[in-house]
Amino acid sequence: MKKLFLATAMIAVSGAAFAQDVVRLGTEGAYPPFNFINDAGEIAGFERDVGDEVCVRAGLTCEWVTNEWDSIIPNLQSGNYDVIIAGMSITDERDEVINFSQNYFPPAASAYVGLAADADLKGVVSAQVSTIQANHVAESGATLLEFSTPDETVAAVRNGESVAVFADKDFLAPIVAESNGELMFVGEEVQLGDGVGLGLRESDTELKAKLDSAIQSMKDDGTLNTLIEKHFGPETAKF
Amino acid sequence: MFAACADPKAIEGLTWLTCYLTSGKHLDFYWSFLTVLLLLAITAPTALAMGFAGATAARSQFLPLSLLGKGYAAIVRGVPDIVFFLFFVIALDQGIEWLKHQVVCPDWTEPVRQGLEFRVCPQAKVPLSSSSAMWHQAYGFGLAVFTFAIVFGAFAANVLYGAMTAVPRSQLETAEAYGMSHGQVFRRILVPQMWVYALPGLLNLWMILIKATPLLFLLGVKDIVYWARELGGSKTQAYEYPHPDWRLWYFLGLLVFYLLFTKVSEIVLARLSARLSRGQATAGSEDLRRAAA
Repeated sequence: MKKLFLATAMIAVSGAAFAQDVVRLGTEGAYPPFNFINDAGEIAGFERDVGDEVCVRAGLTCEWVTNEWDSIIPNLQSGNYDVIIAGMSITDERDEVINFSQNYFPPAASAYVGLAADADLKGVVSAQVSTIQANHVAESGATLLEFSTPDETVAAVRNGESVAVFADKDFLAPIVAESNGELMFVGEEVQLGDGVGLGLRESDTELKAKLDSAIQSMKDDGTLNTLIEKHFGPETAKF
Repeated sequence: MFAACADPKAIEGLTWLTCYLTSGKHLDFYWSFLTVLLLLAITAPTALAMGFAGATAARSQFLPLSLLGKGYAAIVRGVPDIVFFLFFVIALDQGIEWLKHQVVCPDWTEPVRQGLEFRVCPQAKVPLSSSSAMWHQAYGFGLAVFTFAIVFGAFAANVLYGAMTAVPRSQLETAEAYGMSHGQVFRRILVPQMWVYALPGLLNLWMILIKATPLLFLLGVKDIVYWARELGGSKTQAYEYPHPDWRLWYFLGLLVFYLLFTKVSEIVLARLSARLSRGQATAGSEDLRRAAA
């Protein structure tokens, strides 16, 4: 069976073009406004626009793939895709296992959202697994309730499983705004991480250089700021 | 899909619902039911074939072969499904790429494993980076089917081994007395008679296989559980069709689908069981004879 597989794979692949400059961009697809899958089934959001523009400027052919958040770094290392573009904040911990490009979204605040203004932030707080926010909650002495998708962290507050959710303010703001007063920001905002950057394998130094210069050119001519304003509103911090 | 759905934010009520249920994402959801059925259609016969091979090997007089058969059944059954899936799929994926790397890039100087990374030369990646998304999806699906077949093949091997051992020895002795060779006894007496003993176990395995299809979701294949979760989560205005948390309804739909599927399976397999019980020395067959009398 394995031989049949190998034979089939080799035949399939020997017919295909030999192009090696297709860069695969891996995203989560569940984190609006950064990245989400729109109702037509396509990847959309701020990072879709940034990714497409960076690829054009760096002269690369790019393909988008989605991957669950918890396996996004191991699958980068296994080679399923070449770049992580999924609202991933630059942190020292992550830097030990992968490389980051320069940030394409400035360091932003993370905030608590709960059902009432007096929510006990030392109680059960939900956060997405393997995020800087989950780390922060664990360190703050609250009881951390982790979920694999960001969506579920907010649902936990709504159905009473947790007292509050701690996540990027830019992710929570539209949810709070559309909740008809049901959800509200509580407590203080916290600055975490060094902004959002592209994740790359440590051995991919050439690709990193290309992507860095593309991002820099987007910052220099204001394209990046226009995109930030388009997806996050005029009030968001820009470069 | 319809002209009325061109501006989703301007419609409401039943029109909104119709447009919502026929959006691109929903159509992907409906197609993914076919993914599940395709998985079952391919896995069931493959697992049965593997089980047959495993059971025959286990019953062999040749020691290494019988150890192989018994070992396969024991190890794969002993490891939790999820652990086996997650480990085996990655191992298989990397294994195939490594083999291809040895063949296609014999003069590659860098080590394949660098720290935590697994890097083969670009021509050795399966499927190639430049292949379309269809190939990647198909490959992922293929790996999943193969892993399913191995796991359920081990259980099938166990069931078939028991069934082969349950065929009355007198039947086999009579065949031998008639001068049939070992192969003829196997093909003409043992296998046809073994089915009635194997069927309850295999029916059970089929039901378990149906219920295990959501494991595809763990392997990154976009199956019905993936879509139900994706579509059900609450959606903000960033989407064309915003809605609150509707996961309950989507999972209720999945529940109904699985219940219907298992009910239909039960009916079909009960008929098959009755058919194969004719003339056998089992209680089920006795019931048939009484019913006919």
